[in-house]
Amino acid sequence: MQPVINIKNVKKTYIMGTVEVNALVDVSIRIQKNEYVAIMGPSGSGKSTLMNVIGCLDTPTSGLYEFNGVNVGDMNDNELAKIRNKDIGFVFQTFNLLARSDALHNVELPLIYSGMKKTDRKVRAEEALGHVRLEDRMHHKPNELSGGQRQRVAIARALVTNPSIILADEPTGNLDSKTGVEIMGLFNDLHAQGNTIILVTHEEDIARHAHRIIRVRDGLIEKDFMVEDRVLPGVNV
Amino acid sequence: MKFTDFAYEVKEGLGISFQAIRANKMRSVLTTLGIVIGIVSVTLMGTAIEGMSRSFNEMISKIGADVLFVQKFSWFSSQEDFFASRNRKNIDLKQFKAVRDQGSTIAAVSPMTGTRVPIKYRSLSSDGIILIGVNEQYIQVGGLNIEMGRFFSQAESNGDRPVAVLGYTIAEKLFPSETPLGKNVKVGAHSFRVVGVVSKQGSFLGMDMDNRVYVPITNFLQKFSNNRRGMDIHVKAANINDLENTKEELRGILRKVRGVKPGVKDDFAINQQEMFIQTFNQIGGVIAAIGLFITALSLFVGAIGIMNIMFVSVTERTKEIGIRKAIGARRSTILLQFLIESAALSLIGGIIGIIISYPLSLLINQILPTSMPISVVAIAILISLVVGVVSGFLPANRASKMDPVEALRHE
Ligand SMILES: Nc1ncnc2c1ncn2[C@@H]1O[C@H](COP(=O)(O)OP(=O)(O)OP(=O)(O)O)[C@@H](O)[C@H]1O
Ligand SMILES: [Mg+2]
Repeated sequence: MQPVINIKNVKKTYIMGTVEVNALVDVSIRIQKNEYVAIMGPSGSGKSTLMNVIGCLDTPTSGLYEFNGVNVGDMNDNELAKIRNKDIGFVFQTFNLLARSDALHNVELPLIYSGMKKTDRKVRAEEALGHVRLEDRMHHKPNELSGGQRQRVAIARALVTNPSIILADEPTGNLDSKTGVEIMGLFNDLHAQGNTIILVTHEEDIARHAHRIIRVRDGLIEKDFMVEDRVLPGVNV
Repeated sequence: MKFTDFAYEVKEGLGISFQAIRANKMRSVLTTLGIVIGIVSVTLMGTAIEGMSRSFNEMISKIGADVLFVQKFSWFSSQEDFFASRNRKNIDLKQFKAVRDQGSTIAAVSPMTGTRVPIKYRSLSSDGIILIGVNEQYIQVGGLNIEMGRFFSQAESNGDRPVAVLGYTIAEKLFPSETPLGKNVKVGAHSFRVVGVVSKQGSFLGMDMDNRVYVPITNFLQKFSNNRRGMDIHVKAANINDLENTKEELRGILRKVRGVKPGVKDDFAINQQEMFIQTFNQIGGVIAAIGLFITALSLFVGAIGIMNIMFVSVTERTKEIGIRKAIGARRSTILLQFLIESAALSLIGGIIGIIISYPLSLLINQILPTSMPISVVAIAILISLVVGVVSGFLPANRASKMDPVEALRHE
């Protein structure tokens, strides 16, 4: 079966003045549809860089990256924007919601950029907010929501376009552990519904929700293995 | 990009713009002020220029386009010409008659001379009236309309009859409650019978045209002899499209009757409306260009203000730009968003500017016959829109080219 993500010998080098920083040295990963992958590793090991490459926010310095069988390296700016819009749902550690817009508009935004009709858009966004159990907070601005609620809005925004994969870079990093567990419950649900999920985390407990763990160190893959004692989905939401 | 996509993006852009403008009210007001001042000065200048040319056109239309004025001096001559032509012969009735009898391309012709005399009817009098001596054809040549009664006839003109036609304000002044027709008025020391009143004419070059009394020229010459100044000959051409021919014909007749030798320059001038228009267009064009240039400078300063604040806005909202790019905004989307924002800012300034300059244009209206023309309003709106788009372009372009990862990292 064709993998959703096929990364081969990807390298990412940042040049800072005269110093070269090799954020990714040589990384190869294949991820199939409906996989649930956790990426772990010490700070500065290249996890976020890898996620940005996977999410088409950043382009590798060298190497091959195929998304659903299409070479991302050949894409122009507009095609990359389209992939980010339609096929990738990104969830950030710091939520990254638009402060001046309410929850509903934040969730609608990707649909606006994909050119969906207003009435359809509203239905879809409300549906997505229902999915994360925020139907009663639709007209709240981010600063009127708790951290957990903000992250749920961000997840609804990632979901709303029905993307091929959901990428989450330390989604529970800014939340207390109880709220973190709630958010992980949501990811478990999404996975159970057939979504492909990749998340970055520092915490073993969080990582054990996934099926597969990839350990990164110094821009290289140290370990890539299946989880045996997986935390079961649907707990304590 | 499909049109509907574009429409959604414009709508989203407008929403964001108004959010951003509302979030930074004071800053937006100050930025907009530059455009407000620019638009106020441009619209007022436009209104004043429009008023100038309208008042000129109103004035100039009183000199018929098809009327030629045979006079001793040219209307627009340099000083040199003036000294050279000081000793010219006066124009007299003999020359008028030559024109009348020999001219074949003329519709009407009248001699014309005037003097300032007092006028009196019973106890009412008026000092500074202008007494004009003309013939019966002056009604066509001067484009007069008759309010009541009639103009004097050819018979009256040729027969030196003491008849007079009054200007509108004189008639009102001397006959506040009775008809002037058939009454005898005292002009200087002489008695004239009023046969008609001319309709209101307004003023021309500061002269009150309704402060005149018309009498037959022969009568005028007998009673108010004015040989020193001579007279003018006013000629209405038969065909306005053939004005040059009429002019040539007049030149020929006058050169002969005044005895100008071949090869010698004309010792008289044939003036026409066209000369006014040419001179006005020259002077008016320069004034308009200078005025608009100066006011455009203030608009330019306003544009720089907008550009400056848009750069600030783009930097402040780097993170927002990153978020939008991460969820699928194209470069063009971001570009459009910031262009709309700067255009909206400028447009608001333009509209406020128009709202402010409208009452000010009513003040100008006290001096010049003008109201803010709708074309000036439309141009002002267009200008502020263009200013917004142009001054927003560099900042918007910077925003659109931001790297999404870099932008997201921005605090
Ligand atoms: N824009 C950049 N310019 C220069 N160096 C960079 C840039 N982004 C990342 N790096 C460097 O690349 C390396 C990997 O960074 P990355 O953010 O991927 O680490 P990480 O694994 O996500 O760490 P953390 O767990 O702390 O988030 C680091 O050494 C970092 O300093
Ligand atoms: Mg990171």
